[in-house]
Amino acid sequence: MSVLIYVESNKGGFKKTAFEAVTYGRKTADALGVPCVALVLGAAENAGSLGSYGASRVLQVQDAGLENFDSQVYANVIAQAAESVGAQVVVLSQTANGKALLGRLAVRLDAGSVSGAIALPDTKGGFRVRKSVFSGKAFAEYELGTEKKVISLAGNSIPVEQLGSPVAVEALSVDVPAPKVRLVEIKRIEGDIPLPEAELVVSGGRGMKGPENWGILEDLGKALGATLACSRPVADSDWRPHHEHVGQTGGVIRPNLYIAVGISGAIQHLAGVNNSKVIVVINKDPEAPFFKAADYGVVGDLFEVVPRLTEAVKKFKAS
Amino acid sequence: MKLLVCISKAPDTTAKISFSADNKEFNSAGVQYILNPYDEWYSLVRALELVEAQGGTVTVVNVGPAENDTLIRKALAIGANDAVRIDAQPLSAMFVAKQIAAYAKEQNFDAIFCGKETIDYNGAEVGPMLAEYLDLPFLSFANHLEFDGGKAKVSRDIGDGTEVVEVEMPFVLSAAKDLAEQRIPNMMGIMKAKQKPLQVVAPVDFQDKVKVTTYELPPAKTAVKLIDPENMDELVRLLHEEAKVI
Ligand SMILES: Cc1cc2nc3c(=O)[nH]c(=O)nc-3n(C[C@H](O)[C@H](O)[C@H](O)COP(=O)(O)OP(=O)(O)OC[C@H]3O[C@@H](n4cnc5c(N)ncnc54)[C@H](O)[C@@H]3O)c2cc1C
Ligand SMILES: Nc1ncnc2c1ncn2[C@@H]1O[C@H](COP(=O)(O)O)[C@@H](O)[C@H]1O
Repeated sequence: MSVLIYVESNKGGFKKTAFEAVTYGRKTADALGVPCVALVLGAAENAGSLGSYGASRVLQVQDAGLENFDSQVYANVIAQAAESVGAQVVVLSQTANGKALLGRLAVRLDAGSVSGAIALPDTKGGFRVRKSVFSGKAFAEYELGTEKKVISLAGNSIPVEQLGSPVAVEALSVDVPAPKVRLVEIKRIEGDIPLPEAELVVSGGRGMKGPENWGILEDLGKALGATLACSRPVADSDWRPHHEHVGQTGGVIRPNLYIAVGISGAIQHLAGVNNSKVIVVINKDPEAPFFKAADYGVVGDLFEVVPRLTEAVKKFKAS
Repeated sequence: MKLLVCISKAPDTTAKISFSADNKEFNSAGVQYILNPYDEWYSLVRALELVEAQGGTVTVVNVGPAENDTLIRKALAIGANDAVRIDAQPLSAMFVAKQIAAYAKEQNFDAIFCGKETIDYNGAEVGPMLAEYLDLPFLSFANHLEFDGGKAKVSRDIGDGTEVVEVEMPFVLSAAKDLAEQRIPNMMGIMKAKQKPLQVVAPVDFQDKVKVTTYELPPAKTAVKLIDPENMDELVRLLHEEAKVI
């Protein structure tokens, strides 16, 4: 018996969501009284460092067939690894690729699954996992009665912890089926921390008036070390790139801090951000619905307030 | 070309969400239901565009009770050729995937389209489960799709960027924003939809593996703390000392 964590590596490195998944896996394993095994597919520098976050073993499969992501191949390989370590729980990250794997693995392993867990499982008298439902408007507790379980963990749901020390990496040899999906090209957004992982987010809406005014938001973002987001009409008008769009039809994020600038707070926008830990709203209309969802509000003209806030942040960072 | 589009029903985006007194059941009284936006706006429309350009048919499938027929007719009004309803309450993603797989297995579809996720349970699970049951490749979060001979070229959202991949048919994909533009059904479409075939099939046996035991609404927000727009130092101080987020 064990808990197996599939740890995504990106260009050979790990992201915060990977460490969160290991921490989650370790705490789940401790609750069940079983070992915690991390699995890395393809190249990864320093896979043994996952021991620091709680993995008692780290397995790595190196194979040319794993160079690019193909959910069919990856699910097959992860299932073989799960089999070999007798995993009763498989933990994934709720990333784009993690989402493609979760359902496949659940079917393969004949397991109950929960996508986007936001808390550690409750293992007292059963196995229950909490997730956010109705686009952030409610939570649900899922009972998994199956012997095997597959869970994906929503980003920024639990803090990363140091729960051990580096371990030696064990090579795992499995059959890697031939991929059917052929990569043509890959374009990664460079620079900023991607939105799904960002702890601090500064977001602009139609109140910004036009793309030429985004400099003040970029300055605030830079001062805070925050990632930029936007409302749907902003992306639809091509003021900002589409990947910045958050809400019901865009990205769903759960940062520690979401600063909404010139966004009215329509319910479809809130659906993407209402799980943020702290919400700051800057809007000149005191009746803007967003204030009802906000922790802190500033009623004022964003073109005056935002530069002032940027200065205040810089002053704070310098002190 | 023979395409299958999986369509689901979801509460309208503005619906007020509430639960039974014991928090065990979703309270559907007074809730307006819509076709899941990812299915209606992106998945279905792109499938129709491809068939219009290259010939073929689009079948829509829904796992749900008879009351869903109105929404299924809407998909027919937008342009699908025919519809299948698998007559069962969809209680879990795996149940739905199992039902659709059982139906699709015999049908030789060239591609099966799902939406990115349903906006109620936000699982994004049905697509990959269906692909696994049918042993087909799965391409999640497609934001661009072209067919070229027996191959498809798909651009997919990978969270921190996009990747373009090629795959042979058949395959399963899930549709994300930008795959197509929403279409509003016109009068002609609505009239025609009434005549289009809607086949009802019985479900296959399947035991759900997960169950929601309780729902919970988020705690009511305490009233917003208003900060003097002249005093952004105060906001920064509160974010640091009180909220502890910077
Ligand atoms: C099915 C469906 C799905 C949708 N999905 C999404 C989604 O995913 N994401 C999304 O964002 N929207 C979505 N929408 C759209 C949503 O309903 C709103 O229309 C949209 O969020 C409004 O964007 P906004 O707040 O930027 O613009 P507006 O509603 O126009 O608000 C602009 C705000 O800026 C303020 N403002 C103007 N000038 C200033 C100034 N100088 N200083 C300070 N404040 C100022 C105004 O007071 C106003 O509150 C969806 C809608 C539907 C029907
Ligand atoms: N009851 C259903 N009937 C048909 N298709 C469904 C049903 N539920 C979900 N789907 C499809 O699966 C996709 C993902 O759903 P989910 O896994 O619930 O997020 C949806 O966008 C639909 O395309």
